[in-house]
Amino acid sequence: MIVLDGISKSYRLKNGPYEAVHSVSLQVFQGEIHGIIGTSGAGKSTLLRMINLLESPSTGHVRVNDLELTQLTTKNLRNARRSIGMVFQAFNLVHNRSVKGNVLIPLELAGFSKQARLERAAECLRIVGLERQAEQYPSSLSGGQKQRVAIARALATNPTVLLCDEPTSSLDPQTTEEILKVLKEINRNFGVTIVIVTHEMDVIKSICNKVSIMEAGEIIETISFEPKGFAALKNDYQSLRRQLLSEVDGDV
Amino acid sequence: MFDHIMQYQSEIWQAIGETFLMVGISISAAVLVGLPLGTLLFLCRRDQLLENRIVFSILNVFVNVVRSFPFLLLVVFLIPLTRFIVGTAIGTLAASVPLAIMAVAYYSRLVEQSLLEVPRGIIEAGTAMGASTLEIIYKFLYVDARSGLLLGLTTSTISFISYSTVVGIVGGGGIGDFAIRYGYQRFEIDLMVFTIIIMLIFVQTIQFVGSTTARLIDKR
Repeated sequence: MIVLDGISKSYRLKNGPYEAVHSVSLQVFQGEIHGIIGTSGAGKSTLLRMINLLESPSTGHVRVNDLELTQLTTKNLRNARRSIGMVFQAFNLVHNRSVKGNVLIPLELAGFSKQARLERAAECLRIVGLERQAEQYPSSLSGGQKQRVAIARALATNPTVLLCDEPTSSLDPQTTEEILKVLKEINRNFGVTIVIVTHEMDVIKSICNKVSIMEAGEIIETISFEPKGFAALKNDYQSLRRQLLSEVDGDV
Repeated sequence: MFDHIMQYQSEIWQAIGETFLMVGISISAAVLVGLPLGTLLFLCRRDQLLENRIVFSILNVFVNVVRSFPFLLLVVFLIPLTRFIVGTAIGTLAASVPLAIMAVAYYSRLVEQSLLEVPRGIIEAGTAMGASTLEIIYKFLYVDARSGLLLGLTTSTISFISYSTVVGIVGGGGIGDFAIRYGYQRFEIDLMVFTIIIMLIFVQTIQFVGSTTARLIDKR
């Protein structure tokens, strides 16, 4: 479970302080797929990056699995990060390591034995359907395949949480669907909590249980699609839905 | 002509040996000191992992000052330091001191540049995985920048050979010094041409090996 409690993030820019995220509180329960949608500059990426403290909040608390991340020592924070996987828009693979080599990195960092490393890497590549590409280098893969490697790498150390920062924004619609399917399977089969930042409505529609709409650094609404999914939204939500859609239109 | 050159065989071999020693010491200094220093230079930059304006400025000024010296003047300028380290200011070993210092400054700048080419996101991915700064350096930065690091070392090595030719001024010897003393000062043009050919072969070989290896290890 992820608990964000009144977190803010401000930067000092040339023309004064800028608050990217303003006093956001949010709870994401274990096993949920929680979307965060909003225009660019709304602070959604900054918010996501505060969950594993890639950005440290200026104020507020971040708790993941009952661990108060903002209070941890550097070493303990590094350990805590092993149970929080992360996937990026730009994939961020190490280009000079093979597909398998990339998945091995987090396992090497976590100190697994060689045998365990190889087994786990093979398993993760099987989950994302890339066992045949294990020995290839990222440069020979398509965008969708690269993102699958990134997902396999993020899963290697058995995280309970997977943070996705615009994971499909540089992929075409069909590949987007494939990646979302993989994420959904991971969520269903391993109970991994997924927080996904996107500006694409389709992403929210197809996999999220809940969505938070962000605007100017604040969450202005969180909508639950349970129990029947996005399509079951009642009339009450129609205006919100329109708002949501216009948010996205404004961005693309 | 060939007989004439053979007459100086032992001197030439000795000169080549001296050049190898000086360049070898320079490469070692570049790798052992220049690589970590260049990495620190990179990491201390704004928005990098160890952002530190003071350390960055100190390193940056050091690199710039050393590199702006005409090398011949650096050799002379460093004589007190050389005397302190080696015990004498004359000879091949003494000449290696300014060479090593130049090598460190030269290569650390190239290391910094190579690391700047690694996409930022890769460092972030490492941080998100729970890697320490040291692990990010050798599991992410050095891995993705390896061909640039090697090409930089190749370029540096060739510059070290060039720099090593002027250390005759402090009795450093080496093949450049041989060419000047025998070829130029004694008007034995054939000896000068011969040494130039030797250097040409060295440089070509080093560049070929460096470029080929860099290409082979680059999977980007």
